Amino acid sequence: MAEKTQATEAQLDALREEAARTGKVQGPGIVPVSSPFPQPASASSYNGHPVLKPPTWTWQIPLYFFVGGVAGTSAVIALLAHLTGNAELTRAALWVSFAGALIAPPLLIADLGRPARFLNMLRVFKLQSAMSVGAWTLVAFSSAVGLAVVCRELILAGYGNGFVLLIEWVAEVLGAASGLILASYTAVLLGVTAIPVWSENRTLLPAVFLAGGLGSAAPVLELLGFRLPATHLIGIVASTVETILAITIEVRGRYVDRPLREGTVGWVTRAGGVLAGPVSLLLRIFWAQNSGARQAAALCFIAGALITRYAWIAAGRVSSRDPQALFQIQRPDGDLTASR
Amino acid sequence: MAISAFLTDATVCIGCKACEVACKEWNHIPADGFTFTGNSYDNTGSLGASTWRHVMFLEQPAQLGSQITGTEDPFRWLFLSDVCKHCENAGCLEACPTGAIVRTDVGSVFVQPDVCNGCGYCVVSCPFGVVDKNHEVGTAFKCTFCYDRQREGLKPACAKACPTESIRFGEINDLRERAQLRIQELQQRGYTDARIYDPKESSVGGTHAMFVILGQPEAYNFPPAPEVPTIHLKSAWSAALISAAMVFLVVCLAFVL
Repeated sequence: MAEKTQATEAQLDALREEAARTGKVQGPGIVPVSSPFPQPASASSYNGHPVLKPPTWTWQIPLYFFVGGVAGTSAVIALLAHLTGNAELTRAALWVSFAGALIAPPLLIADLGRPARFLNMLRVFKLQSAMSVGAWTLVAFSSAVGLAVVCRELILAGYGNGFVLLIEWVAEVLGAASGLILASYTAVLLGVTAIPVWSENRTLLPAVFLAGGLGSAAPVLELLGFRLPATHLIGIVASTVETILAITIEVRGRYVDRPLREGTVGWVTRAGGVLAGPVSLLLRIFWAQNSGARQAAALCFIAGALITRYAWIAAGRVSSRDPQALFQIQRPDGDLTASR
Repeated sequence: MAISAFLTDATVCIGCKACEVACKEWNHIPADGFTFTGNSYDNTGSLGASTWRHVMFLEQPAQLGSQITGTEDPFRWLFLSDVCKHCENAGCLEACPTGAIVRTDVGSVFVQPDVCNGCGYCVVSCPFGVVDKNHEVGTAFKCTFCYDRQREGLKPACAKACPTESIRFGEINDLRERAQLRIQELQQRGYTDARIYDPKESSVGGTHAMFVILGQPEAYNFPPAPEVPTIHLKSAWSAALISAAMVFLVVCLAFVL
């Protein structure tokens, strides 16, 4: 016991001497880093603390992005199917759009902090707010495809006349136009924020979201039984675009894209890209005649596109936590070696 | 009413956190709980839905002005009370789809609690990471600039409670002038790295909460060149339009071929 006390006393003397000599004391367990004994901290950020706030959006939002993408591009398919005289496909594609228009609002409302106030979205129309443009687009799109579906069913039930057909055409054109906005505004929504990985990919994101939307709308119709050359071609183009996008993110190697390449989120991003890109592309090219392979390609693309949306939101969360990602954009010549 | 502003001075702050307490008490903001960050005396962390003033504690390997340190490792301890910047072009205000976030007659940016529906778009649109969603209430919160007090001719609670006048409150042009004079004074006294943080050159267009700091803004987690995200609307929508046109073209080709 006496020996131990003596050893501790010696330790204390050593500590005192070190403190007097150097002005600070080294050693684990003696001084927590940078507190409370004052120690210089890195000047590259405030203790490595995030500058930005992470997105508050819940799991419904990436799913809404996906549903909006499928519904919006499906309306374009419906219009072209109608123009080329495929009545069955027109009906199915319109119903896919309409189903999406029914699913989308509950997903959005569920994410709101005060769901009862969802109508406040329609208090104002602000062109500079992508969220406002999106809310109004969803209203326009739902109205248009709803009207188109009603007209289509009226015609099929034998109540059709020239007027109903005219209304259907107008509704389909409006549905396709607003559908393209619905499928792409979500990319603008992310691109026009302070989050570095979203903001720096603002010109790439529309391609990601539209290719994912169109590439999923065609497989949805294929799974409903419309295995046509047109849906096959759309699938091939979308998978090719997905492959190019995935490669672009990998080879650019920018610091700001690190959340898309590194860690868990990086691997989820890759998984989505590979499923929607090369996997479904190869299945479509090499086993085009095999119905099982076509089905697998369709399912792979849908899964990949859905995963990609979750990955982008998660990447934004990771990106918001890294002060250096933000500082590097604003001061590219800055010294970042001291980053934590 | 006159356009008002804050000028918060790191060279005068003593880190007492009276501003944090005064803000919480006047505005009835809930407590944040007890968390030990391990970062100096700062257990507040950052601004957020329930933190509208945040005192930072910075340990820097530099001497303070013309101070004689008597050691080879100069050292200074700095404090600064952070707050919502009340930007001239505010990212949160631009992003808000409900019109809940408005510009007041004193020039501040105010979230109307009865209009906000908690969509969370302002949270990711603030270039300073200030506004956040309170998940219990469900809506967005940030510094109100004590608009209620200002309307009655009173100073904001933080400025009133500040014992060293590190937080100054007044007419914005007066404070900008005062900030310039303060920097000159500091420079003369050997504080060669004294500077004003008031990003007027960027798209934010200046802030209604300005700061006198020593050293680089990054050390205070201040973005060196903050931009209001809506400057990217044009490039983002252009890319969306081009991509949408491509989609239309692909579908056309798919059905015609």
